[in-house]
Order: sequence, then structure tokens, then C-alpha cells
Amino acid sequence: MTIHERIADDLVAAGIGFITSVPCKQLAGVIAEIDRRPDLLHVPCNKEDEGMGLCAGAWMGGKKPCIIMQNTALGVTVNTLATLIQFYRMPLPMLISYRGELGEPVACQVEMAVHTKALLNQLHIPTYHFHRQADVEELPKILDYTFMCNKPVAILTDASFWGGY
Amino acid sequence: MIRADIFRDIAPVIRDHLVVCNIGIPSQELHAIDDQPTNFYMLGTMGLASSIGFGLALAQDKTVIAIDGDGSVLTNLGTLPTIANNDADNYILLIIDNGSYGSTGDQPTYAGRCTSLAEVAGACGCDHVVECAAEETRAALETAIAARRKTAIVAKCESGNEKHPVIAMDPVVIRDRFMKAVKA
Ligand SMILES: [Mg+2]
Repeated sequence: MTIHERIADDLVAAGIGFITSVPCKQLAGVIAEIDRRPDLLHVPCNKEDEGMGLCAGAWMGGKKPCIIMQNTALGVTVNTLATLIQFYRMPLPMLISYRGELGEPVACQVEMAVHTKALLNQLHIPTYHFHRQADVEELPKILDYTFMCNKPVAILTDASFWGGY
Repeated sequence: MIRADIFRDIAPVIRDHLVVCNIGIPSQELHAIDDQPTNFYMLGTMGLASSIGFGLALAQDKTVIAIDGDGSVLTNLGTLPTIANNDADNYILLIIDNGSYGSTGDQPTYAGRCTSLAEVAGACGCDHVVECAAEETRAALETAIAARRKTAIVAKCESGNEKHPVIAMDPVVIRDRFMKAVKA
């Protein structure tokens, strides 16, 4: 089984039914796998705050949501996280490509990488960092935790994690 | 007619459907004119009424009416291609276009100058776009609901606000009440 299949399986097993995404190279395999799953309605969005709006609506409509995005977009979602997802107490797992970490070839990506955990910390968003292959084993528990506490939860997946596969 | 006049006119029509209402004075006016458990009031997050409504329409079968403003659609223009390219025949986007940012002091928007939101929606691929005068909004909504097809309505009205209290209901109460109405 590939890591992409495994992540998609975990999303389905957690009862997730609605996924929105803005792509990242590191997430291409997961997104392709999601598109092969009839249980996962995938609606690509044009900006991550728009995507969080879609997720909020989908959740109120009875579908557990998930957003797939890159860490560089965290800045454009701060207001939405605070005034929609957190203010109304909504669950939102965020599967995030953590660009700008070890192995990164593009210097500019590091500029947002250094702010990523600080922003998540400032927003009091529970954050999990997948760095080694085995870290994926925590995904089912992280998803259950997200829908237990009705909070946004960040899963940062770095190049070492993806490179291990 | 101003926005509040449209709300009074359409209240009997939208009352029986799920409504996601735009931030600020629009939500305050709708809340004062005809508060319903089927109304989801946005207390913040300018621009996302159409997106929240669309996610809701994609997730369940009841008709959803997203009430947005011209300024708010301009701040989230990326919503229109998403709406156009995904199927949800239970979704109606009602853009109340008064050519101004009503909640912030009626500053003019570009929609009140040379930008046509109806043409933008059409160019984004929205199939059924109706631009109408304020007085025709109710009929346009009734037609869209009866046809059960994804429709964007751009209702042109005058700029102006009524004075109503800020919504004091807790956001979790608004959301919980709304989710029970969705399930009912
Ligand atoms: Mg306006």
C-alpha cells in the first residue's frame, strides 16, 4: 500500500466525506488518490479561506470535512480560522504540506516555514508534525481528536516525511 | 428599495429554506425582520457567505439560499468558478447589489461602477444568472426555487441601511440551532 492510499483510507475510516484542496507538489499523490475514492467528495477551491468556508458549510450539512493545503497559505486563513472555524466551534482537519523544511530546494519557501508553527501556536491550533514515515500511524487518532473537540487541527507533513516513501 | 425592503419582500419565500446570510448589517437586518432557526448569521469572515452556503448545498439536499453582497462577492471572487464547476441544483446565490460597502459606511464598490457581477458570474461559467431590479427579486427567487436549478441572482437596489441591534446570540447557539434545522 502506498502512503497516499493509506492516508485516503484513514480519511474514509474517520468518516470524512468532503474534501477541498489547493494543490502542492508534495500533496499530488494524496489528491490523486482522493479523486479515486467515491466516498470522498473532492471540491477544489481557489483560495484556502474560500475552502474553509466550503468546509464549514459541508460540516453543518452533515459531512465531515478536511482541507488539503500548503503552509504558505496559512496567512490568508488567519481571519477565517479565528472568526468562523474557532468562533462557531467547528472541526477542521488541515492536512498541510510543510514546505521550507529540510530538503527544500526553494529558498522563498523557508520564509513562511519559519512562521508556520508560530502562527499555529498563536492561534492555539493543536499541531502535529509528520517528519518520519512512522508518524502517519497517528493520523486516525488525530482525526478522531479533531471531531471530538470541534477545533481546527493542523497536520504538518514535511519533505523528510514524504521523501521516506 | 434598499436591502431591508428586499428582505421584507422575500421573507415569506426564504423562511422555508436554509439561508446563509452575509456578515454585518445584512445579518442584523434579516435577524430583526424575520429571525428563523433556518438562518445562519455570519458574525465575521467577510466574503464567505457564498462558500459556506455552497458547502452546505453540496453536503445535503435541501435548498440553500446564500445571501451575499456586492462588496463581499468582490472580496471572494474565486467562489464563482467553484460554484460554476460543481453540481448543486439546490443552491441559489442571491447577491444584493447596492453598489456599496453598506456595513462600513456606504463607500462605493467597483460593482457600482463599471464591473458587472452578473457578467463576471457568466464568464466564470455559471449557467443561470439573473440580473433583476429590487422589486423583481421575490419573483426571481420563487422561479429559481421551483426550477430547482443552481442560480445566481444579482438584485440591484439602492444603497442604504436600517438601524438594528448587533446580533447578541452566541455563535455556537446560532450554529447549533441552524444544524438542528438542517437535520429536521
Ligand atoms: Mg453592498
